[in-house]
Amino acid sequence: MDKTYEPIAAQTLGSAAASVTFSSIPQTYTDLVLICSVQDNTTGQIQSNVQIQFNNDTGSNYSWTGIYGNGTSAVSHRQNNSTGAWAGYMSSASGVFSPIVFQIINYSNTTTFKTTISRANLGTLNPNTTTITEGVVSLWRNTNAISTVKINGAISFATGSTFVLYGIKAA
Amino acid sequence: MATHNLIQTVTVGAGGAASIEFTSIPQTYTDLLVVCNGRTSGSGNGINISFNGNTSNYSNRALQGNGSNASSYGTYNRNAGMVTDSNQTASVFGSTSIYVPNYTGSTFKSYSADGVSEHNATTAYMNIVAGLWSDVAAITSLTISPMFGNFVYHSSASLYGIKNT
Repeated sequence: MDKTYEPIAAQTLGSAAASVTFSSIPQTYTDLVLICSVQDNTTGQIQSNVQIQFNNDTGSNYSWTGIYGNGTSAVSHRQNNSTGAWAGYMSSASGVFSPIVFQIINYSNTTTFKTTISRANLGTLNPNTTTITEGVVSLWRNTNAISTVKINGAISFATGSTFVLYGIKAA
Repeated sequence: MATHNLIQTVTVGAGGAASIEFTSIPQTYTDLLVVCNGRTSGSGNGINISFNGNTSNYSNRALQGNGSNASSYGTYNRNAGMVTDSNQTASVFGSTSIYVPNYTGSTFKSYSADGVSEHNATTAYMNIVAGLWSDVAAITSLTISPMFGNFVYHSSASLYGIKNT
């Protein structure tokens, strides 16, 4: 049976790093799914964002809209002319790694701008009781096929953070 | 070899079941995924999760929409999404998917759940959940159970193991 959900590459951090990059991504799949389990390396950082850039584009060519719940209220936030797609928040609490599932739709086509969907959770422990669950859509205003994905921590990712890129084939 | 490997499917028989349990989970995968299609006999659509038979040290935050409003809560510590319940349209089963990364690791266990309780009425529900089990043990068993009532006949859940290589 052919694989429809195939691991392309995986990285586990042996030391803290500000970013992780997957390059030379095969153009043979329909969609990409990036699954992260990440922790912010900064002690006391209550919530730290994770952003993603494609093809080393650091320009203000991204926009995103998110909705999250913090246990008290539902909040929507948005940014246009952003320098990255929004993947979600991550935790810095000891022992807590935040899961992020980031889908990149139709990444290899060369005619449309690229859209993404992210599901992320920020979990912390006392005394930082902030915990968030979030859904986000992002847009990269570029028609190029995506061959590089760079995941940026607001400050840096902690040792033990994991990143796995899967390719999905529609047929 | 597929990267999503079916470990086990459980289908509830006549008479219903208080829970669906997966035991002796192989420690050879990277992540776990539970996909449940179910309905409860109670007056509530929430689903609880527990790992290794332990029901302590859980926390969560949920974001919920009902077609009119969005809200957030953290009331149910072991919240893992929702299905449908006895108050909702007959024969309709809801769905929840639960993703558990790094289940064999030595860190606290985070999970994500996405649940839907769609049916033919003015109000229906969906939610997304951030869950945390503050325990460093590797997960060897996993149980899902309705917060109210039992799983009814024909409810089912499948456990998948996901490899990153």
